[in-house]
Amino acid sequence: MVPVTDSGVPSVDPIMARLVRTWISLLILQSFLVAIAFGSEEVEEFSEALLLKPLPDRKVLAHFHFENRAPPSNSHGRHHHLFPKAISQLVQKFRVKEMELSFTQGRWNHEHWGGFDPLSSMNAKPVGVELWAVFDVPQSEVDASWKNLTNALSGLFCASINFLESSTSYAAPTWGFGPNSDKLRYGSLPREAVCTENLTPWLKLLPCRDKDGLSALMNRPSVYRAFYHSQRLHLSTVESGEEGLGSGILLEQTLTVVLQPDTISVEANIQPSWSISSLFGRKVVGRCVLAKSSNVYLHMDGLSGHELKSVDTELEAQKLWNNADFELSLTPDRILREINSFLLVFDIEKSSDSEPFDLGLTWKLPAKWSCQQAPLHASRFLMGSGNERGAIAILLKATESLENLSGRDLTNGCCTVKVNIFQIFPWYIKVYYHSLQIFVDQEQKTVIEVVKKINVSPSTDKMSSGMMEMMLELPCEVKSAAISIEYDKGFLHIDEYPPDANQGFDIPSALISFPDHHASLDFKEEVTKSPFLSKFKEKSLVRSYTEVLLAPLTTPDFSMPYNVITITCTVFALYFGSLLNVLRRRIGEEERFLKSQGKKKGGLKQLLSRLIAKIRGRPVEAPSSSTESHEARSSVFSSKLLFKIILVAGAAAAWQYFSTDK
Amino acid sequence: MATEKRDDKENEAVKTDDGSPKIKPRPIVQLGIFLIAHSHVFSVVFSAAGIMALLLLPLLAKNTYISENALMPGSARSMLSHRDVSDGSKLVKDIKNLRLNHEGQGVEVQRLIGKYMSEMGAEVYYQKFHPEGNQFHPLHFFSGPDSYTLLGNVSCASYGVNVAGIIRAPRGDGKESIVLVTPYDSTNGGDYEALSLGIASSLFSLLARVTWLSKDIIWLVADSRHGDYRPVAAWLSEYHTPSFKASDLSKCDELNTSHSFRRAGTMAAALVLKVDGRSERFEDTLSIFAEASNGQMPNLDLINVANYLAVHRQGFYVKVEKVVSLLSSTWLKIVGELFEAVGKMAHTLNPDWNFGIPAADYLEGSATLASSLYSQALGIPTGPHGAFRDYQVDAITLKVSPRFSPDNTARQHEFFQRGAQLLEGTIRSVNNLLEKFHQSFFLYLLTSPGKFISVGVYMIAFALLVAPLPMVAASLYIDGCNALTKATHNPAENLKSWKWLDAAKQVLALHLLGFIVTLLPYFICQVPGEHSPTNRSIMWATTISSVLLITCVTIPGCSPFSSRLHGTNWAVLKSVTISAAFIGLCLMSIINFATAEIGALLLVPMCLMVRPIKPDLRSRSVKSLLRSLCSMVLVTIGFPVMFFAICKGLIGEGLVGLSLGGEFWTWLESLWAWKSATYLYIGMVHLPCWLLCLCILFHPS
Repeated sequence: MVPVTDSGVPSVDPIMARLVRTWISLLILQSFLVAIAFGSEEVEEFSEALLLKPLPDRKVLAHFHFENRAPPSNSHGRHHHLFPKAISQLVQKFRVKEMELSFTQGRWNHEHWGGFDPLSSMNAKPVGVELWAVFDVPQSEVDASWKNLTNALSGLFCASINFLESSTSYAAPTWGFGPNSDKLRYGSLPREAVCTENLTPWLKLLPCRDKDGLSALMNRPSVYRAFYHSQRLHLSTVESGEEGLGSGILLEQTLTVVLQPDTISVEANIQPSWSISSLFGRKVVGRCVLAKSSNVYLHMDGLSGHELKSVDTELEAQKLWNNADFELSLTPDRILREINSFLLVFDIEKSSDSEPFDLGLTWKLPAKWSCQQAPLHASRFLMGSGNERGAIAILLKATESLENLSGRDLTNGCCTVKVNIFQIFPWYIKVYYHSLQIFVDQEQKTVIEVVKKINVSPSTDKMSSGMMEMMLELPCEVKSAAISIEYDKGFLHIDEYPPDANQGFDIPSALISFPDHHASLDFKEEVTKSPFLSKFKEKSLVRSYTEVLLAPLTTPDFSMPYNVITITCTVFALYFGSLLNVLRRRIGEEERFLKSQGKKKGGLKQLLSRLIAKIRGRPVEAPSSSTESHEARSSVFSSKLLFKIILVAGAAAAWQYFSTDK
Repeated sequence: MATEKRDDKENEAVKTDDGSPKIKPRPIVQLGIFLIAHSHVFSVVFSAAGIMALLLLPLLAKNTYISENALMPGSARSMLSHRDVSDGSKLVKDIKNLRLNHEGQGVEVQRLIGKYMSEMGAEVYYQKFHPEGNQFHPLHFFSGPDSYTLLGNVSCASYGVNVAGIIRAPRGDGKESIVLVTPYDSTNGGDYEALSLGIASSLFSLLARVTWLSKDIIWLVADSRHGDYRPVAAWLSEYHTPSFKASDLSKCDELNTSHSFRRAGTMAAALVLKVDGRSERFEDTLSIFAEASNGQMPNLDLINVANYLAVHRQGFYVKVEKVVSLLSSTWLKIVGELFEAVGKMAHTLNPDWNFGIPAADYLEGSATLASSLYSQALGIPTGPHGAFRDYQVDAITLKVSPRFSPDNTARQHEFFQRGAQLLEGTIRSVNNLLEKFHQSFFLYLLTSPGKFISVGVYMIAFALLVAPLPMVAASLYIDGCNALTKATHNPAENLKSWKWLDAAKQVLALHLLGFIVTLLPYFICQVPGEHSPTNRSIMWATTISSVLLITCVTIPGCSPFSSRLHGTNWAVLKSVTISAAFIGLCLMSIINFATAEIGALLLVPMCLMVRPIKPDLRSRSVKSLLRSLCSMVLVTIGFPVMFFAICKGLIGEGLVGLSLGGEFWTWLESLWAWKSATYLYIGMVHLPCWLLCLCILFHPS
């Protein structure tokens, strides 16, 4: 900036400013020219979107979606306008083909918040950190790339992702996870705490950071007060197909929070009303100028009673307005509809500092609806007690949506539902795969009857974690299914225990996915090619993560190092003492020596012993005859000893008495 | 034992090496020899010291302290509002109305509670269970809690229904949970019992809206129509070891149980809340029960937190169970006064010596200690919290006795508030925990809610009691060997190392008999037909005596009354008996310390005193007569049935004749049914040792 002063040279500033301006315009022109010169090349694009969705259990879901697209270009001498350099370097260095990193706090409530829409299948993540990546390197280098990537991400996101580096914490799923690739690595850290220091680097990747646009809404206290908070980063490379060009990168950043609006309404059965400012404590004061599109969407899901068949959007909007149980503070720019949901689109173009965008929703009538759930609701728990063994059980319960789902596989005349289960077992959970038991509708089935495909890689102690991928085929009319598998608990070396070892050890979430079922939201009257809406249109695999489990293992008492040291020293002292005795003393020879002494010289021996005794300053030991009973001997011995003990004890007592009196 | 044996050998080596100059034994060997040589004196000294140490325990009790810093009890202000409390009051009122309108319709109450829970935002489900739980099964004695197996003939007539509600921690990861249990008998539960639901409901209403929860909260309303313990145990076994097979109970569909059983992670702690009876004191009284099966205790920190909050925040009068009859015993009072006087004297000598406590405190402390020791020794849980210990969950029962009558609604509000605040504070402390309870003591005895004796102190008494056993065994063995060597001149029979073999055979045979006796109740219970406990005890006694007779007849050398001259020397027999008793007591002290302690009090004097009665009677000196009388008395007391009768007499119930047998049988059966290790101890250690003492007493030497 050019400093402006009162006096000095007032004419310089405008000139300078003009110069700078022309220079900038020249630059822009130049870049345009460059862009035109490489006509085939697309420009980098950034778009932002916020989706708001009232949930049936009086909460509101807010889903921020930022997409950053870097087109394919020459890999050397690369310059980015909008795309974060850190990510592109990461992709180039480690040859990442696809990667997803998520930080999550709280649990996704599958029952109330749904499990059969793209939003939940992509954003319902397990607690803690989850990372998976597909690499574009030879098979032998995949592990090395993974290790480097975890360390790089660890630095980038201020999280202990580097713990995924060790081979005991990640696995290589083949088909049970989702993307079928042999260069896929998957790992999760259930105990990672998520906080603002993970969000800040994530925001730094956005062109406007959190200074402008929708990301300005991310007020830390309100975002972290959420019942569910999941921050996700997904990147994939787009092959250009042309020779000489590198690959483009698509970076997708989402933040999903489930907030509880502050209830002011007294009536219990009316859903709480909210506005953006009441949810986040901030308002949208304008879009991020660098964004190609920035919209706010309001998704009204499963609201029945709007049997609108009209083709005319305007008329429909009008009708919706009149019939709706709710009232909006702003009129939507467009209304898109799906089979049983509406999407109201708001453009934040018009908003400014003086007129901020603050969407509010007020419920007029009590409304009840439910989100569509995944075909089967999965819960996982530990069985058994004690520190020795246990069992893991996964319970699948049919939901209402199973009955009215069209995505059934009608092979061989019978209707079946396919379920993939992917589970990682840490090595200290030593699973016995032969003990796999499957119950369908409370009847035990053999594994062959139900399991269509299974892939197991057993764990190696302290070397690698175990993994199980299993595809179940259940009849459509199934009510419940249960899988149990037994395990032994392993022993850890003392330095392998994590901090707070007495809490227990985590077993990462299992992933339940339904390969026949895909969730997508296809809004028919799609006008713009919004990346956000096209994301929704994509068919995504219906998946749900189970709970993280806590398995108590045998834990040493770490708070007693003193005792351990003491007992170890005692054992060592005893051992070395006896060993030295054995090595040094020759008892046989000693006896022989004494015997020979006794035979040879009766008088001389006594004299000698007396002499030795005098030298040593001890009273002469009377040669006790063997006929004498040892009782008498020891009583003599004892009276002396007793006297000594009493003397010492008396002295000690006296000393104690006098010393404390002072 | 091993060292003593070695010492003996070395000792003999010294003796037998005639002619050669003596090799001076090492000091440790010398000490051993010394102790064995003076075993009589030492056994008296050690036993007396052991009993003395036991009496001293109330003096040595330390004040409890909160060891785990993360607990931070009472550091947060209570968030309980009047609305929460009025929720609880409303539930209690509704239940009362319901009970007035429909008498005996149990499920209605459960449904009402479920409705309240779901209105608060909890996930609710109902669980049906069978009231018959504890079945005799000899092979499953020490096995862990087994799967919830059902019997074939299931009647839909009698089953219990538990209601449970789960509040998910808003931002928690759902790995851990805290359980709150309120047993409630929906058909004939009194008004006081409903108050516990009121407290829990107030608390639940609060917890449903707080944001500080990191662990899920489960509120279980246990259907206590069939006892307190069974519903909780049934729920826990369904929680931890469910059976995926179809259960017969699902057919009995009185209640719409479409709700599936839900879980909430590993349990961190459990609190059982009961309200009963009117407090005799001016304040509301809170009794804490902690003993689970086989003398297992929850972590002391849990008791500390509850006690701290109850005393310092809510102003409850906290007590733990005590033996009331001991409070009025004169001899204990005298002992207490003696200790007080000694303590005062020590204080005048040195002002820092403050170990004396007032006689009244001593009396209270020892009465509580006796109760604590007895409950642990019995091995039967003192409440529903015992079911949790089987799954390594720390749990306590809090029994609150309000000082008002249940109709007084004005006072009820305040009572709910205090009760719910106490539980809120405790749950909040447990919620603060990162790790499970591990910091504080698990092995302790309570002398008051705020005072405890740790294992390091109370094991001294036991160690002193059993210390003379190996010494006496060794010295008796040496004596016996000497006597045998003198008696027999056959060099072939003079093999020293095999002298104990005959005696060992006898001991082994009697221990085998003890093992059979231990298994007998199971077979007697299998006898078809209904039998009264008295009949069963008679059956038991006859079978035992017949088995004993058969043993005596068939196995030579085992008969206590055979008059063979070259039979086993009584000293060797006693030595082996004492060794067996020593091993048995030491093993038992690992399993259940309190049982071993009480057992040692009975066994050690008996084993040490017992001598053949014949020579004593023959000699007719006052000393020997007194000795024989003493051993007779000790052997009589040592008989388990006799001891049971004496205990009953002390408590104040007189029992004679057959009813005593029946009573004893019921007691034994309950021990068996609760899988108490005390039962095994009585059958396999105490009874054989007593029989062997009897053998020695009537030994024909």
